[in-house]
Amino acid sequence: MEEIYAKFVSQKISKTRWRPVPSGSLQTTETFATGSWDNEENCVSLWSIGDFGNLDSDGGFEGDHQLLCDIRHHGDVMDLQFFDQERIVAASSTGCVTVFLHHPNNQTLSVNQQWPAAHYHTGPSSPSYSSAPCTGIVCDNPEIVTVGEDGRINLFRVDHKEAVRTIDNADSSTLHAVTFLRTPEIVTVNSIGQLKIWDFRQQGSEPCQILSLTGDRVPLHCVDRHPDQQHVVATGGQDGMLSIWDVRQGTMPVSLLKAHEAEMWEVHFHPSNPDHLFTCSEDGSLWHWDASTDAPEKSSLFHQGGRSSTFLSHSLSNQAGVHQSLVSSWLSTDPAKDRIEITSLLPSRTLSVNSLDVLGPCLVCGTDAEAIYVTRQLFS
Amino acid sequence: MEELDCEPAVTWIPGVNSKKKQMCFDWGPGEMLLCETSFNQTGKSEKVPSCPFIYIIRKDVDVYSQILRKLFNESHGIFVGLQKIEEELSGKSRKAQLVRVSKNYRSVIRACMEEMHQVAIAAKDPASGRQFSSQVSILSAMELIWNLCEILFIEVAPAGPLLLHLLDWVRLHVCEVDSLSADVLGGDNPSKHENFWDLVTVLVLQGRLDEARQMLAKEADANPSCAGMCRVLGDLMRTMPILSPGNTQTLTELELKWQHWREECERHLQDNTFAANPRLESLCKIMLGDEAALLEQKELLSNWYHFLVTRLLYSNPTVKPIDLHFYAQSSLDMFLGGESSPEPLDNILMAAFEFDIHQVIKECSIALSNWWFVAHLTDLLDHCRLLQSHNLYFGSNMREFLLLEYASGLFAHHSLWQLGVDYFDYCPELGRVSLELHIERIPLNTEQKALKVLRICEQRQMTEQVKSICKILAMKAVRNNRLGSALSWSIRAKDAAFATLVSDRFLRDYCERGCFSDLDLIDNLGSAMMLSDRLTFLGKYREFHRLYGEKRFGDAASLLLSLMTSQIAPRSFWMTLLTDALPLLEQKQVIFSAEQTYELMRCLEDLASGRPECGEPDAQRLQDDDIETTKVEMLRLALARNLARAIIREGSLEGS
Repeated sequence: MEEIYAKFVSQKISKTRWRPVPSGSLQTTETFATGSWDNEENCVSLWSIGDFGNLDSDGGFEGDHQLLCDIRHHGDVMDLQFFDQERIVAASSTGCVTVFLHHPNNQTLSVNQQWPAAHYHTGPSSPSYSSAPCTGIVCDNPEIVTVGEDGRINLFRVDHKEAVRTIDNADSSTLHAVTFLRTPEIVTVNSIGQLKIWDFRQQGSEPCQILSLTGDRVPLHCVDRHPDQQHVVATGGQDGMLSIWDVRQGTMPVSLLKAHEAEMWEVHFHPSNPDHLFTCSEDGSLWHWDASTDAPEKSSLFHQGGRSSTFLSHSLSNQAGVHQSLVSSWLSTDPAKDRIEITSLLPSRTLSVNSLDVLGPCLVCGTDAEAIYVTRQLFS
Repeated sequence: MEELDCEPAVTWIPGVNSKKKQMCFDWGPGEMLLCETSFNQTGKSEKVPSCPFIYIIRKDVDVYSQILRKLFNESHGIFVGLQKIEEELSGKSRKAQLVRVSKNYRSVIRACMEEMHQVAIAAKDPASGRQFSSQVSILSAMELIWNLCEILFIEVAPAGPLLLHLLDWVRLHVCEVDSLSADVLGGDNPSKHENFWDLVTVLVLQGRLDEARQMLAKEADANPSCAGMCRVLGDLMRTMPILSPGNTQTLTELELKWQHWREECERHLQDNTFAANPRLESLCKIMLGDEAALLEQKELLSNWYHFLVTRLLYSNPTVKPIDLHFYAQSSLDMFLGGESSPEPLDNILMAAFEFDIHQVIKECSIALSNWWFVAHLTDLLDHCRLLQSHNLYFGSNMREFLLLEYASGLFAHHSLWQLGVDYFDYCPELGRVSLELHIERIPLNTEQKALKVLRICEQRQMTEQVKSICKILAMKAVRNNRLGSALSWSIRAKDAAFATLVSDRFLRDYCERGCFSDLDLIDNLGSAMMLSDRLTFLGKYREFHRLYGEKRFGDAASLLLSLMTSQIAPRSFWMTLLTDALPLLEQKQVIFSAEQTYELMRCLEDLASGRPECGEPDAQRLQDDDIETTKVEMLRLALARNLARAIIREGSLEGS
């Protein structure tokens, strides 16, 4: 199994993100950012997994990630995204959205841009407002989209002090996460099990499409888009279910996969190897889903403590033969043909795994047990 | 009531003078609030400017240390793992597992100690450096005690192996020898180093005879005059019989061999083999377990338990566990020699050597500044089934009592509360109620945190707490004008009363604005609609609007009527519903059948006749009544016309 290094850091980790590598670069990523929550003083930190190319037997300390620098963050870090190589955008439980700039020369972080009241509630009687947590961010240079508990969607430009576009009351319930579908379209998920697609070219405060789980209104907590096939979207819900959606058709998920036993906090397609998907949950588990077609051969490598899942799929799409090679393995609905291998990546159950990120062969995740886990050999 | 074991420590609170002012306080779950009262001692009511502050007094200060947080988090995982060890697992495998758990705990303490040590060295100001150093010594003492308990209570080593374990214990904790060795061997000429003989002596004291022999060989090379003596002593070191783990020889065989070896040592001493070199002679005496020779090395032994183990090694290597306390007591007395009195650590170790577990735990509770140590050690010993017979005179047993204390300390902390949950889970008697009390007091500043708390409650079927948390969130949402959210939370809590309240807000907003907000939620209520009548009405009423918007007038009309006839709609809303019927009545084609029209008429008359005639009629009221009367008149007219059309239509249809 892969080597996983753990480090206890004396703060509950809410988010972990790899710093992107310059496009065209062959090097692997070496730096990641974390955000903490529920501390008296929270912070955004940068860590280096440094140079531990020599993985010899007694290398306990070589695997450790070292703190590069950190900066205080007002409120819980609710979401964290790299804007580019140097800039990190953080969402706060105080409704504030901050862009931090990393100075590699002297290893410090500073505030580069800030929108103090991006998300807020308006009281029933008075015009005064109270802050509302910002719950999700997505960046696409130069734009930043934020969503919050106030059901508001903001579109910022990194160099503009004012929001470029704000949709008030975009949602009657809490928006939990946001991602770009294809610019300028975004997908949001909310606490009543709906997936909404918004187009910034359209005026007004109505989504252009609403997809939802049937009946139960199970809150959705996370969303990620397939890196190559922009119509394929994965979401994770309060009941730990993984849903795969095809936004081109239908208003329901293509498949529902029974996964974790509690809230799924994050779901990520592997950016360069999208047949692999990673999820983490409040139940303290971190799973690797392998839907590559040659899974049976691979299973000997990957299959340790794993289990295969049962499909509860709705046969919505049944376009046999249409670009078979192009149809994503996540949309196929034949349970007998395509099995998904699931591997649990953490050695033992801990408290909630709040966040994970994958890039190349590297994975990082952070937990409420105040530990950060890193592996550099995802596909060993 | 039992007697106090020691005087409680006095905590001084800066800024509060208890001589001048009386103080009042209030207990919290993990902390205490304290403030000055406005009374003063003399009883006169003169107003002296008093202290404007309320103080929070925390009893478990160690919880707030950044580095110790790692200890708490890492040991939490070990603790949870330990609770899941199969009860059926018995005998050897169980013991091996418990020993492994104990070692894991110790390695966490060690890691913490090392980090604390690094921080202490790096500390810039001397005060905080001292503070960290004192933490290091506390951690080191904890590890020392834990290790001894592991040997005596968990490993339960028998005579023979017992001494080997104790030797390892001493070697691990008296580790100055390593730096000494590096220092001496690092020089050009080790045997001329000023600490050379200290090193050789320490190696002998710790039973590291192979290394001592190599040192002697160096001395022999450098100093040919005593080469012979060194060789003889070296041979004695080499031939000393020891118990090796893989060896099958019995204890009796070992004892026999050991007696022979000892006689040989004695013979050399009597023959004055080493008379020319007092250092070698003293080494030989040590190897014979000569107490006077040992006590001469007090500096190098550094403490009495080292003295005890060395003494046993060279005088009674097959000591039985039961005899330990006798040797321990005499070693302590000899070592201190009446010059100083034993310290808390000495008492704890002595209690362990006496196999008095309860005394160990009691002394530790008094001496250490945190509950972590006693709680985890007691729990582990309880898993070794060593504490079953002991019940406290209040409530639960000792294990549970200590775990509850520790977990309460965690809950008092801003962010460590999540760890506390699992500790409460494994307290069968009072854990659940404690959790219920603590969990409701966690501040919920984001929904995400609330969800985590809710998950904890739902997993444990704590329905009351689930309800109250959802209600708090729903209230918050109402205050923030987030009716959709409020409704979601009351649906999650299955709180019918609150759902009714929120539904009323929705309906009121509709009446004021003429359109619905939060359609995405109301349109997707599904079965949750059944939670309360008002919510059902809200959902159905919205459905009526949708049908109307889709021009499905027939369906819309019968739905509207059924809302009134089935009594789902509140009376106060009937007029609105009837007004909604107006455009349907005015449509070109007939929508309400004759029968339905009769029903509508009855509803209208019910409403008109049921109107209470009360209160002084004022101008506003008169005007309202006026509007109302006009509405009723209009409705009556529309209903009558519709009835006429319906009768004609139905009559002609029947006829055709």
